[in-house]
Amino acid sequence: MERYYQPEIETASREQIKAWQDERLVKQVRHVWENVPYYRKKMEEKGVTPEDIHGADDLRKLPFLSKADLREAYPYGLVGVPLRDCVRIQSTSGTTGKRVVAFYTQADIDLWEDCCARAITAAGGTDEDVCQVSYGYGLFTGGPGLNGGSHKVGCLTVPTSSGNTERQIMFIRDLNTTILCCTPSYAAYIGETMKEMGLTPDQIPLKAGIFGAEAWSEEMRQDIQKTLGIKAYDIYGLTELSGPGVAFECSAQNGMHINEDHFIAEVIDPETGEPLPDGQQGELVFTAITKQAFPLMRYRTRDICVLSHEKCSCGRTHVKMSKPRGRTDDMLIIRGVNVFPSQIETVLINQGYPANYQIIVDRVRNTDTLDVQVEMTPEMFTDNMGEINNRQKALVDGLRAMLGLTAKVTLVAPKTIVRSEGKAVRVIDKRKI
Amino acid sequence: MSVKQISVFLENKPGTLCELTGVLAESEIDMRAFSLAETSDFGIARIIVDDVYKTTTVLRDKGFVHTVSPVLAVALSDTPGGLNEILQCLSAAGINVEYMYAFLGNTPGKAYMVFKVHDPAGASAALSGCGIRPLEELTVD
Repeated sequence: MERYYQPEIETASREQIKAWQDERLVKQVRHVWENVPYYRKKMEEKGVTPEDIHGADDLRKLPFLSKADLREAYPYGLVGVPLRDCVRIQSTSGTTGKRVVAFYTQADIDLWEDCCARAITAAGGTDEDVCQVSYGYGLFTGGPGLNGGSHKVGCLTVPTSSGNTERQIMFIRDLNTTILCCTPSYAAYIGETMKEMGLTPDQIPLKAGIFGAEAWSEEMRQDIQKTLGIKAYDIYGLTELSGPGVAFECSAQNGMHINEDHFIAEVIDPETGEPLPDGQQGELVFTAITKQAFPLMRYRTRDICVLSHEKCSCGRTHVKMSKPRGRTDDMLIIRGVNVFPSQIETVLINQGYPANYQIIVDRVRNTDTLDVQVEMTPEMFTDNMGEINNRQKALVDGLRAMLGLTAKVTLVAPKTIVRSEGKAVRVIDKRKI
Repeated sequence: MSVKQISVFLENKPGTLCELTGVLAESEIDMRAFSLAETSDFGIARIIVDDVYKTTTVLRDKGFVHTVSPVLAVALSDTPGGLNEILQCLSAAGINVEYMYAFLGNTPGKAYMVFKVHDPAGASAALSGCGIRPLEELTVD
């Protein structure tokens, strides 16, 4: 039996969803026009006024917002309500070194936590569950978002935050944690540590995991599911739009339902900005139609994915987005070829390597070099040099088939690649361009 | 008859070999024989020690990837033709040697060879047939 947190919304008819979007967008555009001078100016430059927006079909008339706009308007330029009505800020984890600060009213927090509660319920969570939130708490949205969602579902919430892996495992075992929320790389690390402690999946009470905040491959999902003996669900979000829970996976585990009553999704051609039809890969763009304090319009996420309106076996009617292939800013251009770390991860896991890897890009005599470092494992190691060389060669071949370019593969000693408790640092780009 | 050799994975960069010998020294492990095979980015250190169990435990604790495999150890006379005699015997029995290394003990006139072969039992039998008895453990004296 599929469970829903808000069944009347999550399984609403497409007509109903469209009606909500039409009504809410019209209202939101007026709200932004009146309260966010930064965006009003953009609308004026494009010659659009709220009178031109009659429903979601008119969305494409509106100008885009990008990360550059967020930087320019930092910190208050995109805030839509007086600060006395705001109750919190959250901020990006700063992987790119440029912080984004997002503002929330109490109503914004409520709708964000509702979205997270939908995700937890879709992963099978009920008030009988113990939900351990091992995402970082603080400015990062992961911890606070899932924490709030877990409360709403009525789970017994264990707010461990990230780090101190031994203690994480102690709580999982002592409190019979059934749902784990963290980044996929941290889940893999917790799994690896449990394995080292001699724990088998049947000795681990976990039944589901909600993992997000970084791109991860289907192969990594299979790996985590096997090690921890759970079902692993993807969750998507970004601080600019609230945090995790903008979209979440259901029992079908093949794409994430976007919470369309709060966010209108579009996929555009990143070059031309033209909206693309279902099934075509492009950049994901969101419009927040219910948020008051930080009401972003047509925000370009830089995430590359595909949308699908196909009927889902879980009964939810909201559109699904594919696992993002990676952010456009994660994409590496190596010798003119587009490379996503997730592609490299797929090859590694398919060939039995651990999910801990690092990609080092450099430029030697004007040529880009790609060095994939993977850890040698006891299972792979043999006294036979030729066998190891053959494995290494198979990996180089696999990478060439996937990426269309030749990478160097370096086998490194175990535990030399730094484990992440939050977002993993997969790429070190030493090129000075 | 074979002895146990421990092969350890090492990155080919300054300090890694020293880390290994440091760990062995700290645990007072006595190495009987040592050989190193390498490529440009990694190497395999092959060692024969006085206490295999203790060594593998220490290596596991310290996070060294390693494996244990059987090798043949043979004492031979340190005179011209000593090695040839053994290889003639293995060759006649159709035994392929993957790799081998030599070391000297304290006894003047004696040398020791370690052989890695696909079929240690077959090789051992072949050597016995030639009147050469592989060592059961490597006590070099």
